Amino acid sequence: MFRRIEDSGSDTVTLWIDKREFQVPAGISVAAAVLLCGFDKVRNTPVSGSPRLPYCMMGICFDCLMCIDGVPNQQACQLEVRQNMTIEYQRGAAELPQPE
Amino acid sequence: MKQHYELLVIGAGPAGLAAANDAARLGVDVALVDEQKTPGGQIYRNVSRARGQLSNYLGKDYMRGNQLVVEFQQSAADYIDNASLWYLDERLEAGLLIEGASRFISCDQMILASGAQERPMPLPGWHKPGVMTAGAGQILLKSAAMVPQGKLVLAGSGPLLLLLAAQYLRAGVAIEAIVDTTPASRLIKALPGFPRALGAFDYLLKGLSYMHAIRKARIPVYKHVDDLRAEGEARLEAVCFSVRRGKAAREMRIEADTLMLHQGVIPNTRLPLAAGCDLEWDRQQQSWKVSRDDWGQSSVDRVMVAGDCGGIVGARAAELQGRLSALQVACKLNKLDPDQRDRAATSISKFLNRHLSLRPFIDALYAPAPAYQLPADDTLVCRCEEISAGEIREAARLGCVGPNQAKAFTRCGMGPCQGCLCGTTVSTLIADETGAAIEDVGYFRVRPPLKPITLGELSGS
Repeated sequence: MFRRIEDSGSDTVTLWIDKREFQVPAGISVAAAVLLCGFDKVRNTPVSGSPRLPYCMMGICFDCLMCIDGVPNQQACQLEVRQNMTIEYQRGAAELPQPE
Repeated sequence: MKQHYELLVIGAGPAGLAAANDAARLGVDVALVDEQKTPGGQIYRNVSRARGQLSNYLGKDYMRGNQLVVEFQQSAADYIDNASLWYLDERLEAGLLIEGASRFISCDQMILASGAQERPMPLPGWHKPGVMTAGAGQILLKSAAMVPQGKLVLAGSGPLLLLLAAQYLRAGVAIEAIVDTTPASRLIKALPGFPRALGAFDYLLKGLSYMHAIRKARIPVYKHVDDLRAEGEARLEAVCFSVRRGKAAREMRIEADTLMLHQGVIPNTRLPLAAGCDLEWDRQQQSWKVSRDDWGQSSVDRVMVAGDCGGIVGARAAELQGRLSALQVACKLNKLDPDQRDRAATSISKFLNRHLSLRPFIDALYAPAPAYQLPADDTLVCRCEEISAGEIREAARLGCVGPNQAKAFTRCGMGPCQGCLCGTTVSTLIADETGAAIEDVGYFRVRPPLKPITLGELSGS
């Protein structure tokens, strides 16, 4: 659970996290946005399915892998939020998209 | 961005920025590659954007980084930002993933300034949501002006834990408790280093000022604790530990929404390993580091290392090492003759020694507690593949002589972090279980892709 400190006002962008709409400050990482919006996990692990949240925030631990704009295995802490980004939990190992 | 540079500097922390600045000034055709969108590394993360109250909370040492950034922005060096280095080999071909497309660039010389990462602190429940590193907490403050809400506990040992507490207190963040895992015996072990540390008394004063701020705010501090655990069902609910009182031990349970862990930092050796650099075990710092000479020359002819990846030195010393490496590269590229190089290096080395005089004291005082170097059997060691300390020990008993064999047996270190979060623990566990010297046990190999990359990105489409 995180909050922004006062006087940190800035432009916002609209995100879709787990199909819900959120306004978050521009310039922050996707991992920061997910924490700010109060989510209790970013993924379930492929091995045991246990939930994880971002751990190192600096691209080392790979615990924040998420499916971002339809692409799985993205390091949420290394990507900046963009207008209308869609962000989803990653459930277990990434799946290949099925041909339509 | 060109296809080839005389010098590529990897990492825009203090070492990389200083190296790029000085190399550019010496007439070297240089580019600085970094994963972030703004220069500064983790220590000066986002410093060029920090303003108002946030810069007061983070403090002067942090804001000082802006000088390096401004100097870099005015330099002739190219800046390749937002670039993930997903491929690197001994020929110094660097595969960069930028905005969803991969590109290769090459260089004559490379300075790797990949910095540090937090020392893994494996303890029961460290993978649960609600537990993160103290560094992660600080990065959220620097990069997003975010602070924890709810009940916060800081646990572990080391200067960063105290600094973060002081920064949070300045920002008005409530801290439920600070749980110090530094063993009681450490102070005596650190004393021989104290006289030399007085040469860097400003660091010692800073440490004391953080402790003073914590006392003044009446934050409960539990010292020399054992059996630190993060407990809870789906997520962290409480931080549990035992406090020794004479011969009796008292069990403590503190309800918490967020636990930030820290037990020092260790060199980030992933990129140097990919470039083929030899590592060595640093007994004083209890970590692997890149072997280097005083200029930063690694075991690979065209690769220098500067800053924390060659052994933890801290931000100011890293900057000076970056400058020394730039001098040596300029000399190798015939922009300077050895006399000019040596003259320029004299004053840099003097300052460097002053900043390094603190290390023996700090390294001994905050050496990691044995319990989190050699965790209990049921503690998860490899977070990616969810391998416990017991499974690593079992692999060692079955005859695995090193981490790479243990990886094949158990999958530890086979996940996406490629052992960044378990490697040091795995080497230490195998050495302990087999009785072999850790230098003989060795470390994980690293292989590209160093970062997740899709086939589409690889093909540049």
